[in-house]
Amino acid sequence: MIRTGTRYRLLAIFVLPALLVYAGFSVYPLLSSVALSFFDSDNGASTFTGFGNYVYLFTDPYVSERFWNALRNSVEFFAIHLVVELPIGLLMAALLTSNSIRKSRGVYRTLLFIPATLSVVIVGFLWRLIINPLWGLVGFPLLGDATTALPTISLMSVWQYIGIPMIFLFTALIAIPDDILEASRIDGARAWATFWQIKFPLILPQFGLIAILTYIWTFNGFDIVYALNGSAPGPNYSTDILGTMFYRTFFGSSGQVADTDLGATIASVVFFIILVTTAAYFVVLQRRLKTYEL
Amino acid sequence: MTTVPFKQRRARLQKGDAASATLVHVLLIVFAIIAIVPILVVVMNSFKTTMGIFGAPFAIPTPDTFNLDGYKNVFTRGNFAANYANSIIVTVATIAATIVLATGAAWALVEYKVRISPLLTGFFIIGIMLPIRLGTVPIIKMMVATHLIDTLAALVLVYTAMQLPLAIALMMTYFRSVPGELKEAARMDGAGEFRVLGIALPLVRPGLAAVASITMLPVWNDLWFPLILAPSKANQTVTLGVQQFVGQFQSDYPALLAALTLGALPLIVLFTVFSRQFIQGLSAGYGK
Repeated sequence: MIRTGTRYRLLAIFVLPALLVYAGFSVYPLLSSVALSFFDSDNGASTFTGFGNYVYLFTDPYVSERFWNALRNSVEFFAIHLVVELPIGLLMAALLTSNSIRKSRGVYRTLLFIPATLSVVIVGFLWRLIINPLWGLVGFPLLGDATTALPTISLMSVWQYIGIPMIFLFTALIAIPDDILEASRIDGARAWATFWQIKFPLILPQFGLIAILTYIWTFNGFDIVYALNGSAPGPNYSTDILGTMFYRTFFGSSGQVADTDLGATIASVVFFIILVTTAAYFVVLQRRLKTYEL
Repeated sequence: MTTVPFKQRRARLQKGDAASATLVHVLLIVFAIIAIVPILVVVMNSFKTTMGIFGAPFAIPTPDTFNLDGYKNVFTRGNFAANYANSIIVTVATIAATIVLATGAAWALVEYKVRISPLLTGFFIIGIMLPIRLGTVPIIKMMVATHLIDTLAALVLVYTAMQLPLAIALMMTYFRSVPGELKEAARMDGAGEFRVLGIALPLVRPGLAAVASITMLPVWNDLWFPLILAPSKANQTVTLGVQQFVGQFQSDYPALLAALTLGALPLIVLFTVFSRQFIQGLSAGYGK
């Protein structure tokens, strides 16, 4: 047994490098961003303004309209992932666990995951080409219409990332011990009933976890919208999500000067939204989902 | 009482199994087609003339329509060799840094239990959920202050910070499975702690491979940080290079498709080769 003092010393030696990089380039910038949101540095010197930036964000007619629009769009972006990606991902996972395809399981799993290995930039352009009215597959400019643009982009993103919930839920499903399933088979339960009454309740915690991770990832979304529509995503801001608004605000774009403090403020609001929702989820829901010791 | 003879019952069961197996295959094949065909269409059309692309988008290239102009244009007007080099440098350096730092930290958190260990572990694990992009404004300020802005090193630092939590979580699950007797025996023989870690390392090799493969994808494919931290032509990664190239050559369809193909293929190939490690990493990292 190593003495306590020595253990502290060894812990420090091995953990410090990772701790420094992680704290320095991930935790500190996030907290510092929140701190920045309370300052105003537009005229050179940085002065403390309290909630001034927040008041401006929520009351300025133009900026607040953009913010609520981006928030609504981010919610829609997430909602489409939630109702399309997760159920289909679950179906794929269930199909993959089927004993009757055991031999070809690996091949299907790899094929279905391949879109997730692509960069969003590539996914965006690939789909833009395919749904290009010039190619004649789709006669309607899906990306050019304010009502269809965001759902179209969301579905491109779903197409790409569906492999992630699939793998995640697949892993959870195959971890269910055979004797539990064997018992239900002896009871004569059909596959459908076995799935919903036995397997799904058992993987509910993992299903919840992948739902909350999807929420965090989509609320941080940026790449696919930016790749397709730039930083003032049209038509008429109908595809502007929180990520693109944040980028446009702190980096500036044509027709908009960069505003670092306001950018930090938007980032802090998004961080707060994610934090509160995630915390609420874990406190209220995840605790109630019984984790079965398997 | 009538009982169905065993043989007959088994035959009926097998028939049902065969039917359900067919259904499962059909559904999975449909999903696989949806996943793969769009990619194949792009790859296939990148070898055609513009006429061939629009005349028959779903036909394979014929001697009439076969053409490599797209690739020629990408290589002469784009910056692909440099972009590839940058992406490889950033990805490999991030993987190396993540593996070294995460291995050390995970080893110590599992091995040297003190009162603050759980707290420290929690502090790292929370990072799996931290949206690091939201700290972009201070990150830019730090990079400007340290003259690291517009360098590949800036990307490596941020990506390492971003990937460490998941990598540490993953390595901890692997180190927990190293038998205690092995380590105690080494210590009895007077081995130093670095030596003990060296003895344990071969046992966690699958973990190292898993960390490498789950670090590769998000780093190679990221658009946000290259755009913000290393946008100049000399430092562009493939993802950013493709994005800018496509923006510039909107109407040169063969070149566009060639650029997309070149951006996509390396990772598809790498993933296909390492898919087992990757899937293992993904499920072990988030699962615990």
